[in-house]
Amino acid sequence: MTTFLGMPGPPADATSELRGSVPFPVAAEAGLTNSRLRRNLSKATGTIRAKRAAVVAEVADWEELREAGRAIKEAALARLPELLVELEEQVEARGGVVHWARDASEANAIVVDLVRAKGVDEVVKVKSMATQEINLNDALEAAGIRAIETDLAELIVQLADDRPSHILVPAIHRGRAEIRQIFLEAMPGLDPGTLTDDPRQLAEAARAYLREAFLRARVAVSGANFGVVETGTLTVVESEGNGRMCLTLPETLITVMGIEKVIPTWRDLEVFLQLLPRSSTGERMNPYTSTWSGVQPGDGPAEFHLILLDNGRTRVLADPAGRSALHCIRCSACLNVCPVYERAGGHAYGSVYPGPIGAILTPQLTGLTGDSVNDSLPYASSLCGACEEVCPVKIPIPEQLVRLRAEHVEAYASAHRIPSGEAAAMRTASWIMGDATRFARAGRSARLGRKGIRSGRAIVPLPPPLSGWSSSRDLPALPEETFREWWARTRGGERR
Amino acid sequence: MSGKVGGARDAVLARITGALADRPIAPEVPRAYRLGGDLEPGHPELVELLVDRLVDYRATVIRAGDDVVAAIEQVLPEAPVRHAPGLPEDWLPAGSEPDSPAVDPRDLDSVGAVVTGSVVAVAETGSIVLDHSPLCGRRALTLVPDMHVCVVRHRDVVATVPEALRRVDPTGPLTFISGPSATSDIELTRVEGVHGPRTLVVVLVEGG
Repeated sequence: MTTFLGMPGPPADATSELRGSVPFPVAAEAGLTNSRLRRNLSKATGTIRAKRAAVVAEVADWEELREAGRAIKEAALARLPELLVELEEQVEARGGVVHWARDASEANAIVVDLVRAKGVDEVVKVKSMATQEINLNDALEAAGIRAIETDLAELIVQLADDRPSHILVPAIHRGRAEIRQIFLEAMPGLDPGTLTDDPRQLAEAARAYLREAFLRARVAVSGANFGVVETGTLTVVESEGNGRMCLTLPETLITVMGIEKVIPTWRDLEVFLQLLPRSSTGERMNPYTSTWSGVQPGDGPAEFHLILLDNGRTRVLADPAGRSALHCIRCSACLNVCPVYERAGGHAYGSVYPGPIGAILTPQLTGLTGDSVNDSLPYASSLCGACEEVCPVKIPIPEQLVRLRAEHVEAYASAHRIPSGEAAAMRTASWIMGDATRFARAGRSARLGRKGIRSGRAIVPLPPPLSGWSSSRDLPALPEETFREWWARTRGGERR
Repeated sequence: MSGKVGGARDAVLARITGALADRPIAPEVPRAYRLGGDLEPGHPELVELLVDRLVDYRATVIRAGDDVVAAIEQVLPEAPVRHAPGLPEDWLPAGSEPDSPAVDPRDLDSVGAVVTGSVVAVAETGSIVLDHSPLCGRRALTLVPDMHVCVVRHRDVVATVPEALRRVDPTGPLTFISGPSATSDIELTRVEGVHGPRTLVVVLVEGG
């Protein structure tokens, strides 16, 4: 079942923020029983779903844009080596410096060295999934460098010593009253008597808190939404202006970008600048998009470093059936429509990439071993298909989930000499169904179980391994007679 | 330059080549989406659409008559005003000083408002593009002060994003502005005015 044709790169390293401590079903319990979290998430995802639907509906050529977006990403991956080399040339021709990082540890070390070379002990950060993935903030802290998150939601998460739970809105699990409390505890000079939980006041508090940091910062770290190869142009799509502050004011800018973020031409950006904002925040356009190419004398940073990051991406790339997970533009539309995400919350996935895209991307980045906590992620879905419907680059997420489940079963079987309960049950089923007499006999004996089920539950709880199936599912009531008996009696309804 | 030769660079490129051993064919990109609108740039309907979008983003919109300076001056605060060094004479408000590269961007924090031009605007998305030429000023100029007064010429108003991208040079820095700075990070409730200018005033000019 393993579909690798190419030679997969190594999985993301252990430094990466891609693994929880417990499997999804265990981690999800916490979310499911936390009524405040459920309320916050349901309100927020409901709001964003409605906004997205409204602004997508007004675009007559939405399907054509999605198709173009998918094709651009597929074409870029097919030509990845030459595109990265050309991007490097273009960026360096315009005064930037390009670095390559095999994994999270290597990328972190490059950033730490660059910051140290500037002699500073503080950096401002633009919200970036890549730097969250490589756990850059911890690496900086270990080196005595303070990282200040400047996106409002990232700041909330950082001040609360919390973990992000959503790609777009990392503090989506927090309500306004909680955020007020976090700010009061962490920001000096706020007056609890006058600060209310009005989002306007809270945003104002964050503006005042960060203003000083922006004005004194000498080094900024960002991610990039897109890297345009032919012109060496990097792009950051944002709302608050914190991105512009970081990209403009400090003397040194360090951008960490996954190797899959390249798009071949400037023209390709016209597709993604239409797809991303409407899918992500549900706006016709986000307030600010910045593009830059190398350095511009007299305008913005005098020094620009681009770090191209692998960290498991070449592992994903080697699987032709799985590599479309790398098309993701991190819009988070699939999270917002997912019934499982809405109930379990982002922390249950244990990775910086939660939700449906996380369920296919994370295990491919870290590898399915048969025993890893991430092996449970492809099962964190009801396969309802809503994620694929909204995906702006048409990633077939449900298909990949099913494929990864099969891959996990194989990995488990090869890691364990004894077959799993499921494999044994399937083998027995195959033996029974392979013979008409055996099948008829099995159907008749199943009827004996009728009295054992009441209101969808077994009267006597089933023993393991059967309980693994029955504990989370209702059992159907069994009919009086089997289909074969009914057919023998009525000939399909001809004889009554 | 870490990992340049024989290090991470070669390793990552070799990994990618190995991963693509199935030799995938790059598909043709179908560009069946709209590459432009039906209306000529500056068509009154496009200008109306742009105004609708800008108002939706809580930007202030002023339609200037013949006296552009008067239209600009009516919104300016008492605090010091700066303008982009290449701002045309007939848009220059009284008392404003031109921005100079000698000024540390951090010192712009004490500036009350800034006046700049723009190179293109997208009606359908309510976006204005600055190319940071002398007409638009360097990036910090339209970022640090709390009010940005941005002049948009009717003839620069196009319908779609693809039309706008064709009109700008991607090798220099660009900023796409769609309304004032905003956040939806608290319960996905939109709040205008975070780190960038909290007030965006768009002055629409017919000639120019």
